[in-house]
Amino acid sequence: MDRVTDETIAYVGILAKLELSLEEAKQAKEDMNHMLEYMELLNDLDTEGVEPMSHVFPIQNVFREDVVENGDDREAILSNAPAKKEGSFLAPKTVEI
Amino acid sequence: MGLMDLTALELGKKIKAGELTAMDAVEAALASIEEKEERLHSFLTVDPKGALEQAKAVQKRIETGELKGPLAGVPVAVKDNLCTRGMLTTCASRILYNFKPPYTAEAVANLQRAGGIVIGKTNMDEFAMGSTTETSAFGITRNPWNLEHVPGGSSGGSCAAVAARECPLSLGSDTGGSIRQPSSYCGVTGLKPTYGTVSRYGLVAYGSSLDQVGPIARDVSDCAALLEAIASYDRKDSTSVQRAEYDFTSALQEDVAGLRIGIPKDYFGEGLDAQVRNAILGAAKLLEKRGAILKEFDLGLVPYAIPAYYIISSAEASSNLARFDGIKYGYRAGEYEGLHSMYKRSRSQGFGAEVKRRIMLGSFVLSSGYYEAYYIKALKVKALIKEAFDRAFDHCDVILAPAAPSTAPKIGASLKDPLKMYLSDIYTVAANLAGLPGLSLPCKLDDKGLPIGLQLLGNCFQEKKIIRAGYTLEQALGGHFPAPKEVLKETGGKCHEQTV
Amino acid sequence: MSRQYETVIGLEVHVELATETKIFCGCSTRFGGAPNTHTCPVCTGMPGSLPVLNKKVVEYAIAVGLATGCKITRYCKFDRKNYFYPDNPQNYQISQLYLPICRDGGVEIETPAGKKVIGIHEIHMEEDAGKLIHDEWEDCSLVDYNRSGVPLIEIVSEPDMGSAEEVIAYLDKLRLIIRYLGASDCRLQEGSMRADVNLSVREVGTKAFGTRTEMKNLNSFKAISRAIAGERSRQIELLEAGKPVIQETRRWDDNKEYSYAMRSKEDAKDYRYFPEPDLVPVSISQEWLEEIRARQPELRSEKLVRYKKEYDIPEYDARILTESRSMAELFEEASAICGKPKKVSNWLMGETMRLLKEAEQEPEDISFTAAQLAKLVELADTGAINGPAAKEVFVHMFQEGADPEQYVKDHALGAVRDAGALRETVRQVLEDNPQSVADYRGGKEKALGFLVGQTMKAMKGKADPGLVNQILRELL
Repeated sequence: MDRVTDETIAYVGILAKLELSLEEAKQAKEDMNHMLEYMELLNDLDTEGVEPMSHVFPIQNVFREDVVENGDDREAILSNAPAKKEGSFLAPKTVEI
Repeated sequence: MGLMDLTALELGKKIKAGELTAMDAVEAALASIEEKEERLHSFLTVDPKGALEQAKAVQKRIETGELKGPLAGVPVAVKDNLCTRGMLTTCASRILYNFKPPYTAEAVANLQRAGGIVIGKTNMDEFAMGSTTETSAFGITRNPWNLEHVPGGSSGGSCAAVAARECPLSLGSDTGGSIRQPSSYCGVTGLKPTYGTVSRYGLVAYGSSLDQVGPIARDVSDCAALLEAIASYDRKDSTSVQRAEYDFTSALQEDVAGLRIGIPKDYFGEGLDAQVRNAILGAAKLLEKRGAILKEFDLGLVPYAIPAYYIISSAEASSNLARFDGIKYGYRAGEYEGLHSMYKRSRSQGFGAEVKRRIMLGSFVLSSGYYEAYYIKALKVKALIKEAFDRAFDHCDVILAPAAPSTAPKIGASLKDPLKMYLSDIYTVAANLAGLPGLSLPCKLDDKGLPIGLQLLGNCFQEKKIIRAGYTLEQALGGHFPAPKEVLKETGGKCHEQTV
Repeated sequence: MSRQYETVIGLEVHVELATETKIFCGCSTRFGGAPNTHTCPVCTGMPGSLPVLNKKVVEYAIAVGLATGCKITRYCKFDRKNYFYPDNPQNYQISQLYLPICRDGGVEIETPAGKKVIGIHEIHMEEDAGKLIHDEWEDCSLVDYNRSGVPLIEIVSEPDMGSAEEVIAYLDKLRLIIRYLGASDCRLQEGSMRADVNLSVREVGTKAFGTRTEMKNLNSFKAISRAIAGERSRQIELLEAGKPVIQETRRWDDNKEYSYAMRSKEDAKDYRYFPEPDLVPVSISQEWLEEIRARQPELRSEKLVRYKKEYDIPEYDARILTESRSMAELFEEASAICGKPKKVSNWLMGETMRLLKEAEQEPEDISFTAAQLAKLVELADTGAINGPAAKEVFVHMFQEGADPEQYVKDHALGAVRDAGALRETVRQVLEDNPQSVADYRGGKEKALGFLVGQTMKAMKGKADPGLVNQILRELL
């Protein structure tokens, strides 16, 4: 059974902000179905009671002190912007609707 | 013999002794690059002017006695996913085609503090996603041993540059094998350190919980010296680990007496090329002759490492690569209608197929309704894999295995079937999942004249054990691995221009 | 309308913490500053940059949790919330979903029907977004990341409120507590406190919740009240018309007094949370917790109890004085110096409040010191200056921080205590008012008051009233 449908691809495209051509979408569907099928190999393993491991080492409590360290580096920060104006990045209009 | 035939430590010694200057070293590297790049295309950016300026400054500080390190004045190539202030850092992606970072990665800064000279930035699979350097948006890199073959990936440019004697050292990054596998294909020595040993600050993230920066060199000694230069506890990287010591070169000893070497039987089964298998087992015998104790064992869980790895790395990548949106830096589509269209077009035009594939997959496995089934499941399997290694290291000091199932495949052979390409990481990904250090070093050429790489895995923070074992093996194999001279003399292959 | 509806409201309150630096980098959190001047690779989402957690943020979050009766999650983590928007430079927000730092607390509010506890579901730490300004000329948005990465706590209440009054009482209470802790100034207008309102209606008597909507962009108590009233009637109208309420986010436009749905087909609301791999877990030891607990200031409820015992002031005064920690501390310190709490309280309750209101300031903005106030109380109480003079001194103390003693001296406001000069004036007054003199001598005590008044008038208010009284009696 296909895990991934055309709708899934369209939905994931919205999440990931990727616009796929029809051809690409078809390919993506096929690839993803293959991949997921392969990944479901993991279901062979009994992981009951296993704690999901996001960090390999039990490091904890890495903090910064609340002290200002950075000065104004605006020019460098903005130097790569595709569009900028008056010290700001310029983005297409954001509409609140 | 040219200067680029010297190892980094030999070169550093001569510079320190005043027989050579840092400028001589840089000029020799630039000349070698100039001569070979047309065929190899290891580099995306070469910075002759900047490198010479750095060399002059370093030379002065060597002469005043300020710089005493063994690598002072040595030219180093840096993988193009490590930020270099003011110097192009593209991750071999169209989406970052013009990105000049406002800061320098900590690993590179450490290298420069040690007197290393950044000579340029090397080609790679786009955002380190790939195993052949063919997913680069700016053209492929060729294997210096045979120009019809891939150098491996994703640190293919870094490995090819060192193999081809364009420079003695390079930096790579390893998320699932991206240092060890191309090192194996190119016949060079590469080390993925224990997670947290080298700062990730300034390494453009692929899979944050798996990424590590590491050294690539011609031999184990250079590799250890470069690791010593770049490793540090960094407060800017919360996952950085404060280690008891950073002295890796002291492990360069020819001594494996009593060293328990584990040979995981499940790494030598189906799918492994016979020549590779024999070469690796032959090398193991050499170590046994020198006093090591070989222990065959079942590691377990081997088939599960790749699916777990792809779920975790793709999920993290889908989030890490969300920042490339055409607003702050990099590529913005020329035509769009409104914000979301700008996002979609910029990203769709800016990312290559493999990157898009992984972003889609990663977004899917994190999406509502699938998170537990895929992502959490993968994190649980990761925990099991870590436990399997913990058990293994209860009864052995290092694990010896192939670095890749075969030698370098031909150009174009891998991309057709992504799953097959993913399988080439089968022996390397587990170390990333478990955070272990791994050293890849060449042990033989196959009958096609392509290098076979051997991998030594250590328990976390046990770099010194794998360095000692690797150094001993290197000596047992007769010292330095040969250079791919014959191939480099031929002309063939074409120059791949940047195509943005 | 035949059916009766009740409103069910839960709040998500975002509070900007009063740290010097951002939550994950060493950039200043100070307001103002040209766009993008308080930014670095971390808070602008540069490739390769990594977050490092500001310890103070954790301590403030714990302090707020303790003060609101929450359980502190001893092992907490950060998660990534993924969504694309230009004010969010990484296109993910570092927040807490699975293990928020505080859980299961509550605060008590007073309602006309008596005391009521509003439950707090959780408090979590997260980063603020940047600012978008629409540029009319380009028809584009200008993106400023100065606010990006400013630390926030989000306080999520249980759906325990039933009216705008309760919502405001709850917000007031939260604000009071958080300001006492010094964790934030909690100013709605400036956005350092923001409330999103989750509201549903149901028929009285039903147990199940109705479908809720979330309302954003509420930046004053008035807007909150109006939005609640508006949304309540909108939902009731829908239900009465037999239409369903749609679960959605709505944006309140306070000028139009209307909310509209923030819907977009590009907005899937699937945040793909997962554990933040760039940050390590926070483990809160008993020791650390106790350390923070020991540093907690005395909160208002505790102060009220103590004031009743220690100071002879009306409960009403005590309530007003403790509405802000700085006012309460001013009161306590000044009372300790001069030993006259009632007098100190009068100055704070009267003149101070009046001038604050006039200047549209908060008690935190008061610039005079407790020592200055105590000195003024002394001067007025011993008769060294009279009432009107004291008020004049106070104004200058309040506005310019003038030292009361110095000011009295410089402006010759001191009451005249030279009996000789005063005696002359009194004599003159007696001469000018023979009728009153006669009245007094005839036994009308009241006449004395008139004569004191006349003398004070002649002295332009600067005479010591006690002394005037004494001389008058003597000469009469």
